[in-house]
Amino acid sequence: MIEKDLVIIGGGSAGMASALEAHNQGIKSILILEKNPYLGGILNQCIHNGFGLHEFNEELTGPEFMTRFSDLIEKNKIEYRLLSNVLSISEDKVVTYSNSYEGLVEIKAKAIILATGCYERSPGAIQIPGTRPSGVYTAGQAQLYLNCYGYLVGKRVFILGSGDIGLIMARRMTLEGAKVLGVAELMPYSAGLNRNIVQCLKDFDIPLYLSHTVKEVKGKEQLSKVVIAKVDEKFNFIPGTEIEFDADTLLLSVGLIPNCDLISKLDISFSKTRGANVTQDMETDVPGIFSAGNVLHVHDLVDYVVSEAKEAGRGAAKYLNGKLTHKGHVYSLKPGYGIGYVVPQRIFIEDAGEQIILKFRVTRPFKDINIFIKENDNLIKKIFKPAIIPSEMEIVKLDKSLFKSLDNTIDVYVEEKK
Amino acid sequence: MKELICITCPRGCHLKVDDNMNVTGNFCPRGAKYAVNELTHPVRTLTSTIKTNSELNPRCPVKSKEPLPKELIFKAMDEINKVVVKLPINIGDIVIKNVCGSGVDIVATKKIDK
Repeated sequence: MIEKDLVIIGGGSAGMASALEAHNQGIKSILILEKNPYLGGILNQCIHNGFGLHEFNEELTGPEFMTRFSDLIEKNKIEYRLLSNVLSISEDKVVTYSNSYEGLVEIKAKAIILATGCYERSPGAIQIPGTRPSGVYTAGQAQLYLNCYGYLVGKRVFILGSGDIGLIMARRMTLEGAKVLGVAELMPYSAGLNRNIVQCLKDFDIPLYLSHTVKEVKGKEQLSKVVIAKVDEKFNFIPGTEIEFDADTLLLSVGLIPNCDLISKLDISFSKTRGANVTQDMETDVPGIFSAGNVLHVHDLVDYVVSEAKEAGRGAAKYLNGKLTHKGHVYSLKPGYGIGYVVPQRIFIEDAGEQIILKFRVTRPFKDINIFIKENDNLIKKIFKPAIIPSEMEIVKLDKSLFKSLDNTIDVYVEEKK
Repeated sequence: MKELICITCPRGCHLKVDDNMNVTGNFCPRGAKYAVNELTHPVRTLTSTIKTNSELNPRCPVKSKEPLPKELIFKAMDEINKVVVKLPINIGDIVIKNVCGSGVDIVATKKIDK
């Protein structure tokens, strides 16, 4: 059986960034496995700009951003296989993949980084009432057709869900000549970034219907009408609030789900994000198996994906160099009031580097709050936020010396001002 | 007093601009520049795709090298949709020079060999 120090599953931004970081840390036997005929993953279809402000201090489009990494992969001669579908990972880290030029291949890896990204919640998963006509797509599907193949999927478009891809597609389809009739969002606030509400909807006078969702889709063969209605706090339809749109297309931008299938049968615990629980080094419950990027939790920005992937790359290098002992004091991170989740879920304080990075999201929009990070009576950090929304992830960098090993739990919670 | 949300980066700062064009609420200098531009002469970077002569990669992503005046965005789209580029193409290659007389070039944002 072929052996590799590090096998990385997925050649998108997380996979490439973790490979480069592990390479920089001295790991030379690396293999990236990518199912598509190209590296770069989803950034191939994200032709809009706004990427790279953190990582490169300049504004790039998706294809430009990914090329910075794929060029470095080539330059450093990091090995990769395209069109290669990973079929399984075993607990003792045998990776089985197949492609048309090698057939079925088994590789014994010393460490694995799972960087398989996420997938879109599908029409079937949200049970839209009404008929099942053609013309219903996920926003990402419509993006692929338009940006990579040049097909506009419809002329009169309604969008359900105010996630960023939906907003980006509202602008993109408008520019290509479609009429975008509106965007409905179930929650009383948008799921997308504020800047996208401004530059994708307001710029083109596209209405955003908050606390609204699709009540019915109509049409026999092709979608002909979309009916939306307002919902109350319990998400029940309010009678008499229906609005009907003559639409030939419904795009769904209703959430992204980490693509964890490959590790779902291993002895690994999962968090509320539907990604694996990980340590400060992005290591799952199985020593030597790491996870980073959107497969761990869905990020707002690829820049954040890259920085997390680098942590996983460093973590894998530490593991391969015998520097992850899993000894000493262990913390579990506990999301308290107002906090949806915290990554990582566990911290091995002896293994950790000088800086410990916590990432979390609030459960709903808040104004004028303090966020506390505490172990028992030791206040590790208090952060004041004038305004905070769930769609913007918080990243806090903490000096290791702030941790006193007083308790097994670190609480992260919101305190509202009275 | 005008209130704006900065679109320069994903941070989305809440900006306030008074009558003398003094900007507050911005985390970085780009926010102040954005607010003044937005109230005097709004501009946007345009991204789109352009037709290629390839069957394998029928579209090449492009962008305006600098932000364009907002009122030229749809006219620039018309120009972009008239052009077919020949591969190979590299990042930064100019596909339309001085689009709509704006002084701004439309450039490729992806390297495509064939």
